[in-house]
Amino acid sequence: MILIAERINGMFTDVKQAIADKDKKVIQDLAKRQTEAGAAYLDVNVGTAAADQEGTMEWLVESIQETCSTPLCLDSQKPGVIAGGLKVINPENGVLLNSTPLNKKSDEEVFDKYIEMADQVGPKANLIALTMDKNGVPQDTDTRVAIAAEIVSKAMEKGFDPQRLFIDPIVLPVKVPNAQVQPTNILAAMDQIKYLADPAPHMTVGLSNLSQGASERSLINRIFLAMAMSHGLDSAIADVFDTALVNAVATAEMLMNKQIYSDSFLKVYKSANK
Amino acid sequence: MPVPEVTDSFAGSVNRITLGATKDDGGTRSSTVTIGGAKNVVYGGLVEDAGETPVVAMDVLDSKPEDWPEALVEPYKDVLDKPGDWAKKCVEEFGADLICVKFDGIHPDKGDKGADHAVKVTEEVLKAVGVPLVLWGCGNNEKDNEVMPKVSGAAKGEKCLIGIVEEDNYKSLTAIALADGHFLITAAPLDINIAKQVNILVSDMGFPLERIVTFQSTGALGYGIEYAYSIQERQRLAALSGDKMMAMPVICDVGYESWRAKEAKMEDAPGWGAVADRGPMWETATATCLLQAGADIIRMRHPRAVATVKRFISKVWKNKG
Repeated sequence: MILIAERINGMFTDVKQAIADKDKKVIQDLAKRQTEAGAAYLDVNVGTAAADQEGTMEWLVESIQETCSTPLCLDSQKPGVIAGGLKVINPENGVLLNSTPLNKKSDEEVFDKYIEMADQVGPKANLIALTMDKNGVPQDTDTRVAIAAEIVSKAMEKGFDPQRLFIDPIVLPVKVPNAQVQPTNILAAMDQIKYLADPAPHMTVGLSNLSQGASERSLINRIFLAMAMSHGLDSAIADVFDTALVNAVATAEMLMNKQIYSDSFLKVYKSANK
Repeated sequence: MPVPEVTDSFAGSVNRITLGATKDDGGTRSSTVTIGGAKNVVYGGLVEDAGETPVVAMDVLDSKPEDWPEALVEPYKDVLDKPGDWAKKCVEEFGADLICVKFDGIHPDKGDKGADHAVKVTEEVLKAVGVPLVLWGCGNNEKDNEVMPKVSGAAKGEKCLIGIVEEDNYKSLTAIALADGHFLITAAPLDINIAKQVNILVSDMGFPLERIVTFQSTGALGYGIEYAYSIQERQRLAALSGDKMMAMPVICDVGYESWRAKEAKMEDAPGWGAVADRGPMWETATATCLLQAGADIIRMRHPRAVATVKRFISKVWKNKG
C-alpha cells in the first residue's frame, strides 16, 4: 500500500501558522513523523492562506528536503503552483503530481500540461489523474470508468507509462444527502479500472474526504480503505498518524496474501515501511 | 502466491552471506563460502540473477553413530570415532564445501556427553580442516542450551553457522552467537508463519537479519518432500518480493532425512535393487529436488551422492555471472 501522508496542508492550523511564520521546524517535524509512521509520499498543499502560493510551495519543498528524502506529492489544482515546487524538487527522490482532471472547461489541455511537467522531472515523476472532466465529478460508475479509460489511453498516446499513473475515482463525503450510494459506485469502478492496463495503473483516493463532517471518522476511513483494497486500491492519501488505519492496511495486506502471516505481522509491516 | 513467469524480474533478492573467517578476518579458516544472492527463482531470469552456487555441507558426527546402515558406514569405517579425521576425509577426498558437526552424542538418549567433549570435538575439527563449519545441536533444548554456548565459544570469531533456534527456544543461542560473531540457523517445523516469526523474534534481540540462514525442516523423497519443496519455493518468492524477514539463504538436512527412509536402507527387498545403491540414490534425488526449490546449503552424508549432486550443481549453475 502506497500511503500518501496528508498532514502538510495549509488547511491545518499548525501548518497554516508555520507558513505564515516561515517556521521550518513544524514542517520538518511533520515530515519526519509521517515518514516514521509509514508514509511512502508526503502530500504538500499550501492551502488557501498564503498570498504567494507558488513561492510557498517552493519554500515548503525546500524546507522538507533539507531534512527528509521521502518523495513528495505536490498537491494543487493550479499547474503554476506545482511548477513552483518542481523548480526545487530533488528528482532523485521521486515525486507525485497531484492532480489533474481529464480536461476542464477553462483548460482543455490541462492533462497534457501535467504529463509534460512530469516528463520534465524524469522517470521517477508520477501523476494522479482524477476521473473528472469538464462536466464535473461523475456520480455513477460508468462515467468514472469511461474517463479513466480516456486517461489511460491518452497517457499511452503520449508515451507515459500507465504504471506512473495514479487514478483517483474521487471519494465524496458520505454524510451528504443521497451520497451513500457513492462508495459502492466507486468500488464497482475500481473493479474495472484495474483492467485498463496490464500491469494495472495505480489507484488512489483522498480517503479522509469520505468521512468529512461525520462522526467516527477513523472507523469510516479504515473500513472503506480495507474494502477498497480488496477491489484493487493500492494507494491512499490518508492520515498516517491514525494507528488503527495503518493496522487495518497491514491486516488487509496479510489477508490478501501479500505478506506472509506471522504473529508479529503488524510490527513487521511497520518496520518494513519506515 | 502466484507462480511467476520465468522471465519476471523482481525487486528483492536473497541475502548474500559469507561463512568462515580467514586469518585476515580474525579466524583460522583457509577458505570461505559465499551463498545466497539469487534475484530470481532457480532456472528463472537472467544468468546473472542466479546468485551464488549452492554448496554441500557434509555431516560429521561428534560420536560414533550406532544406527547407521552398512552402506553409509562403509566409506567412513576407519574414522567414525575420529571427528577430525572424518572431517578431513570429507573435505580432501569427497569435496565437502563445509563440514557440519552434528552433536548427536550430547543427546540424553544417545550418550549424554558433556560440554567438554563437544568443545574438544569442535577444536579437533577446526584444526583438521580449513573450510567453514556448521555447528548443529542434538535437538534436546535443555542439553543444547547447556552445551552449544560452549561450542560457540570454542569457535569464537570463526564465523560458523550455528543452530538451531526455534520459536520457543531461541534466546540462549541467539545471544551467544551474536557475541561470538557466528551466523545463526532459525528453524521451523514446515510452517512458513512460524519461520517468519522466529526471524522476527531473533531480530528483536538485535541479531542482524543478514546473519541468519533458515531451516524449514526437510522431508525426504517419499516422506514429505513436496511440503519442504513448497515452503522453500514460497520463501524464495517472498524474498524476491522484498520481504526482509524471509530473505535469508536456506539450509536443508538431506543426509539424515534420506537415510531414515526404509527404501534407502532395507536389506531384504529383492525388487528394489542393490541396497548399496539405493541410499545414495535416495539422497541424490532428494537433494537435487530441493536445490531446484532454492536451497543454498545441502547437508549430505554419502560420498557418491555428494559427487553426483556436486556434478548437478556445476551443470545447472555453470554459466552464472
